[in-house]
Amino acid sequence: MDRKQVYLDNSAATRMDERVLEAMTPYFLDKYAVATSEFAYSQGIEVREALDGARESLAKALGAEAGEFIFTSGDTESSNIALKGVALALGNTKGKHLIVSKIEDFPVLNSAKALEKQGFQVTYLDVDGEGIIDLEKLKAAIRDNTILVSIQHANQEIGTIQDIEAIGRICREKGVLFHTDATHSFTRVPLDVGKIPVDLVTVAAHTIHGPKGIGGLYIRQGTKLAKWVDGGFQEFDLRAGLENVPGAIGFARSIELVTKKENERLRSMRDRIIDRILNEIQNTTLNGHRTKRLPQNANISFHYIEGESITLHLDMHGFAVSTGSACFSKSLEGSHVIFGIGGDHERAHGSIRFTFGRYNTMEDVDNIVRTLAEIVKELRSISPLGKDNN
Amino acid sequence: MALPYTETVLEHFRHPRNVGKIENPDGKAIEGSPACGDMVSVYISVDSKTNTISDIKFESYGCASNIATGSIITELAKGKTLDEAKKIDWKEAAEALGGLPKIKVHCSVLAVEGLRSAIENYEERHGLVKERKPTTVETVRKRLRKVMNPMAGLDLVRTNLVKDVEVKEGAVRVVIDLPSNHQFAPAIKGEITEKIEPLWDVKELKVEFTG
Repeated sequence: MDRKQVYLDNSAATRMDERVLEAMTPYFLDKYAVATSEFAYSQGIEVREALDGARESLAKALGAEAGEFIFTSGDTESSNIALKGVALALGNTKGKHLIVSKIEDFPVLNSAKALEKQGFQVTYLDVDGEGIIDLEKLKAAIRDNTILVSIQHANQEIGTIQDIEAIGRICREKGVLFHTDATHSFTRVPLDVGKIPVDLVTVAAHTIHGPKGIGGLYIRQGTKLAKWVDGGFQEFDLRAGLENVPGAIGFARSIELVTKKENERLRSMRDRIIDRILNEIQNTTLNGHRTKRLPQNANISFHYIEGESITLHLDMHGFAVSTGSACFSKSLEGSHVIFGIGGDHERAHGSIRFTFGRYNTMEDVDNIVRTLAEIVKELRSISPLGKDNN
Repeated sequence: MALPYTETVLEHFRHPRNVGKIENPDGKAIEGSPACGDMVSVYISVDSKTNTISDIKFESYGCASNIATGSIITELAKGKTLDEAKKIDWKEAAEALGGLPKIKVHCSVLAVEGLRSAIENYEERHGLVKERKPTTVETVRKRLRKVMNPMAGLDLVRTNLVKDVEVKEGAVRVVIDLPSNHQFAPAIKGEITEKIEPLWDVKELKVEFTG
């Protein structure tokens, strides 16, 4: 593509930082051996040390010990291991009931649904109009046979941040394990397992300018988890498979590169796009909470018009965004998150998600707002909705 | 760039033809609803001497396929006789656009139905309906197939929401298997009314809910 693309879909995937690639390259070309124990050949030992180093950095970023962090192929696998691993470990002894929120991302939601088919019961907790779960409802939903609560740290579409500290305390009091999917919040919003009573945390590299195909799971010391990816004894005998060493190195490097300053910069882009759109384009609604929100996420519904049309027009102008419209998805289902916060189909169909990353600028924000104003005007002139005489 | 749309689709999407309303149209129709994701309005002016479509306009709340199909059918129908225009089907519209993705049939078929319904609306209003068949349970069910179940994106009949239909001497009763305080109940009721009331022999319509 010859024209400059302005990429505002950083929660789907990010451009990898060159410095991450630089850190990974030797582990493809020179240090490609299997990470072996200290009793094998020297290249393998060197690779093992590098992998342990990466593990330590990632664990530290969460306030954990290196022995509490396993590498996986990404957030999907991490959340699968968390939910199915706990279910398999405790399903026949403690009970068969799980609690998740209605607006979880698909790895958690569909793992829960898969477990339902295996005879587990799942409570899907409601959220309020801004996407926040009701702590009293959570308390009430916990039963004697509840084995796991899985509630995300921040939402993938509307960016709403949950009070996972309070959720963790409730789970701790009731003696129930707590998993949180922190795929979108990791390094963007503080999460210290030393302070927050959480037992399992899903993280991934693809959202923070790291490589695809690498993620991790924090597992608090002593948490019972059944192994279900069988094979070798890698990852503390919890997840078999040849270690993705370049990926792990890249993941560790990518978290070093996220700074407080960068997060503040993302937040100011987010605030500017929200303020400008809500002020300058009529009949728009912010989806999610105004402040309890990921620094990189804005999600706005444009009433009377449909999201796929908006994204297609934006693409023709060189902007990449995503939408919760049914027409955009292969399943032709509208966003379960927008429905979850009480939105109707029209609000889901007209919702656009803007997610910022390292390579975006304030200029991108101003440019997309200007382009959007024109596109929205044009599509509304075609639309039969929102006109007085309709 | 490998977008799933042909150049013609994109061209019509970017520059839709015959957009807007006709004041005091001879025939008009609204197909779909915001809840089902797409909605098309079609307005026609008819030259009563020749029975041809002298002007046609459309409006669309929908995705690219919906907008492009709306645009192409206005081009295809303009100048045609009502009988010719009624024969324009989805296939012809899709071919004129150089093809449409299969998954988008649902969004594009609405525009084609909009044209047909606008013509029927003209015929009903101008006493041109050749055979005045009495309304039956079957007629009602057929029309209910055009009312979407917003929760499923499919029509009421296919998603088993139509619990009962009765037709007795011009009085139609439709029972929908939803509580009356359901968030979509008013929208569904409105759409049913729009589809059933214009039937020539319907004097009374009752839409009831099960809870």
